Amino acid sequence: MTTHELICIQCPLGCALTVTVDGDRVEVSGNTCPRGAEYGRKEVTAPTRTVTSTVAVTGGVLARLPVKTRTDVPKQSVFAVMQAVRAARVTAPVTIGQTIIENVAGTGVDLIATRSIEAQ
Amino acid sequence: MQYHDLVIIGGGPAGLAAAVAARQAGVQDILVIERDERLGGILNQCIHNGFGLHTFHEELTGPEYAARYEQQVRELGIPCLLRTIVADISPKREILYVNAQEGAVTLQAGAVILAMGCRERPRGALGLPGYRPAGIFTAGTAQRLMNMEGQLVGRRVVILGSGDIGLIMARRMTLEGAQVQVVAELMPYSGGLNRNIVQCLQDYGIPLKLSHTVTAIHGKHRVTGVTLSAVGPDRRPIPGTEETYECDTLLLSCGLLPENELSKAAGISLDRVTGGPVVNDRLETDCPGVFACGNVLHVHDLVDYVSEEAARAGRNAAAFLSGAGAAAAPIPLAAQQGVRYTVPQCIDPARMDDSVTVRFRVADVYRDRCLTVYYDDTPVKRQKKRAMAPGEMEQVVITKQSLLEHGPVSRITLCVEDPA
Amino acid sequence: MTEQFDVCVIGGGVVGCAVARALSYYQLSVCVVEKEEDIASGTTKANSGIVHAGYDAKPGSVKARMNVRGAALVRQLSQTLDFPYRQNGSLVVCFNAADLPALQELYERGLQNGVQDLRLLNAEEVRALEPALSAAAAGALYAPTAGVVCPFGMTQAFAENAAANGAVFRFLAPVTALAADETGYMVTTPGTTLHARAVVNAAGVYADRIHAMVSRIPMHITPRKGEYMLMDREVGDLVTRTIFQLPGKQGKGVLVAPTVHGNLLVGPNAQDEPDKENTATTASGTADVRQKALRSVPDLPWNKVITGFAGLRAHEDGDDFIVGEAPDAPGFFNAAGIESPGLTAAPAIGEWLAGQVAARLGAAPKANPITTRRGIPRVAELPPAERSKLIAQNPAYGVIVCRCESISEGEIVDAIHRTPGAVSMDGIKRRVRQGMGRCQAGFCTPAAMAILARELAIPVTRVTKNRPGSELIKE
Repeated sequence: MTTHELICIQCPLGCALTVTVDGDRVEVSGNTCPRGAEYGRKEVTAPTRTVTSTVAVTGGVLARLPVKTRTDVPKQSVFAVMQAVRAARVTAPVTIGQTIIENVAGTGVDLIATRSIEAQ
Repeated sequence: MQYHDLVIIGGGPAGLAAAVAARQAGVQDILVIERDERLGGILNQCIHNGFGLHTFHEELTGPEYAARYEQQVRELGIPCLLRTIVADISPKREILYVNAQEGAVTLQAGAVILAMGCRERPRGALGLPGYRPAGIFTAGTAQRLMNMEGQLVGRRVVILGSGDIGLIMARRMTLEGAQVQVVAELMPYSGGLNRNIVQCLQDYGIPLKLSHTVTAIHGKHRVTGVTLSAVGPDRRPIPGTEETYECDTLLLSCGLLPENELSKAAGISLDRVTGGPVVNDRLETDCPGVFACGNVLHVHDLVDYVSEEAARAGRNAAAFLSGAGAAAAPIPLAAQQGVRYTVPQCIDPARMDDSVTVRFRVADVYRDRCLTVYYDDTPVKRQKKRAMAPGEMEQVVITKQSLLEHGPVSRITLCVEDPA
Repeated sequence: MTEQFDVCVIGGGVVGCAVARALSYYQLSVCVVEKEEDIASGTTKANSGIVHAGYDAKPGSVKARMNVRGAALVRQLSQTLDFPYRQNGSLVVCFNAADLPALQELYERGLQNGVQDLRLLNAEEVRALEPALSAAAAGALYAPTAGVVCPFGMTQAFAENAAANGAVFRFLAPVTALAADETGYMVTTPGTTLHARAVVNAAGVYADRIHAMVSRIPMHITPRKGEYMLMDREVGDLVTRTIFQLPGKQGKGVLVAPTVHGNLLVGPNAQDEPDKENTATTASGTADVRQKALRSVPDLPWNKVITGFAGLRAHEDGDDFIVGEAPDAPGFFNAAGIESPGLTAAPAIGEWLAGQVAARLGAAPKANPITTRRGIPRVAELPPAERSKLIAQNPAYGVIVCRCESISEGEIVDAIHRTPGAVSMDGIKRRVRQGMGRCQAGFCTPAAMAILARELAIPVTRVTKNRPGSELIKE
């Protein structure tokens, strides 16, 4: 059995959660609402994060294109995603929502542009 | 002299939302003046997500949030002057602007919305002792260089101040390969949102040292180190607690200041606590026809509230232009006992909307308290609050009905109380 | 190959540039060697910016002579060389009736030094002039001829005028050796060696080290640190005149003064400092300045401080300027120990010393030296019509980069392309005030970096705050 102490980030309250994991059983205490319980469970069993960064642009009015993973990705793949982002380069024009890297770092999630950039 | 019904100064989130709302409320002749070469303001560099949960019910990045408003402005055909700076506003709403194409131009505005945003408190204003080398940046400057120019300002970083931009930059620089050693915060609590402490610091094992400050900056040409000291309850450094970190960069995230130099030029009264204009429930300053919204009015925690407030300013400017009169007998709002300020600072019951959202910040971290609204000496509303913190904006809604039912009120007071 | 010059001036501060300018009016080739990347990088960049009327210095001293003449020259040159100067007057205030005789003494000293229009004021008159002053003010010495000047602006004006008349500047050139030969001196710097028939030592806090390279006559300079706080222009009119307290042993004490650009300046304290490079501010120094300043102006708005800085005065043991040829080193001229009122005295030192050097080298004045210079246009200060006209000629004057001080891209580009021009962020800042306002370059740093990189054709990663090693981007 393992115990995790977390701060819930679902609302400004910031409840101090205690999550205990015993095999398949996950118990959350310290939460004051169901969202807190859900957060605690997910944070301990399968934490995910949305990764945002920028990609170098060639021939655009801006030098960097802001990007994000379309949805959240497993927390442990964050640095792998960053590595792929750093290696990427796009050519303007770019349209907001455009896929920049498909299935980035094998997460099954696409990396997409979060703004449009016209060509210079 | 050129004339426009409504001139909006600033094309960031506040200015754009105000423009959209004013047009939707019927104002045809609107001009947005933006100093940068693109609309969107500070959101352009806020590439992280977490914007728009209230407005669009989804999590957007800063550029995505800005793009939604930009698109509306474009679709509505609202003209925007870019790379144009407003140099002066007169109390009669004459505006002097400057740009490369037209030079210095004076125009007359029927109404004005101030949406110039805020700036970061610089090192000099913090009185941090030591040398003045390269490598000391406000978090927002580092963010701009990182996210817009692709330049990493440092490799080994200490951050002073736990404001949200500092926390966001701690994560951002870590992801880009920098080593963020510590975040120090003068106060015994963080100035940033919990979510940012968890996702930007805890995720990467970056320690947050509360009740600490910088007591020396080392390095004459480039930062070579920073000394932190613990501070006592009086916020003065405690001798003997010094700890020196080797680093090449010090980021500062020590507060934002509404940028009201133009408001001062127009003779507008400012609130000593917010640093923004004093406004009534219509978000109108004491200069008739001049409205304010967004971070120039008071520093917000979430952009969603900026948009909502700015839309109100836009609608109210439209009402002013169609001849809504001046406030008759506004009731002052008093911020007391744990409430640092209120925006607006007064409400005119005769002319107010059915309800007015009053926003404010509290002075300390509070657990299990009541937020009480008094009409003169009568408590009329008690809101139980599990938790309140200075880093997060609070709000109460005052309804017209409650004011009218209560009879004459000479003062509305907001305060934090122990639960009865 | 060794470059040959008639005169080598060591130090590109206000004194070195004033000397170089005055020398450039003679038929002499002049080279200024400066250890930093730009002029005005030592004591010149961190001082009070005051043009002293001239009552402080002991009658008969070099300080007294140079001060009074210098004040007149600053006034005159601010017109012909176009740098910011304002005659705002000064008050030396005493807060204790027992000190009134000392004030009287100062007044008489001023008369002896030839200071015009001095007046002694009683308590009521003082407060009528400056309502923000402490109620304890018992009287004051009023010197209407005192003024405020932009130390950087004046130094740039001198340097540019010198360059226009043929003087050359070598930066990042600390003098590592100086050796006399039959025809003058070999001046060695890490990059180059040059030969000059005469040398002027205007090396600020390092003047004693330079002097010791060629002379056996003792000279000892103690860096005397002074810390300052600069306040927002919003409160720049709290006082109109420069407010001094009765001078003590360590200098003129803490002043409260409007700057020529409209900020309010508070400082300096005085602390002897063994390290010639130690310009770090300290918590104790700040506290010291605050406490002393409050004596003069009790309601100083500390929340309006936008920056703090420290400078080092070059204090010589003899307590006077050392100006002239070293008796045991022919052709080696000192301008050493130039502490307050050095900024004021600089043009007088330049004028006098250039005359001495020219006499030694037998050089005649040039027939037609360039005697005027236009500063970089301060675009935001122009009336709208003139501003528009200038922008029509050069649209870059209409692109505001620094919003706090309303500085345009055109002005920044000008700063870079002047001779000598800015090669660093500090160099731009000191020439056109970009980043000197209330946000302290928070907003305009990225844009100014990009302009500097573009104009110097260097990668942005090589942009420095000042000398190499102060790059803003850490690669």
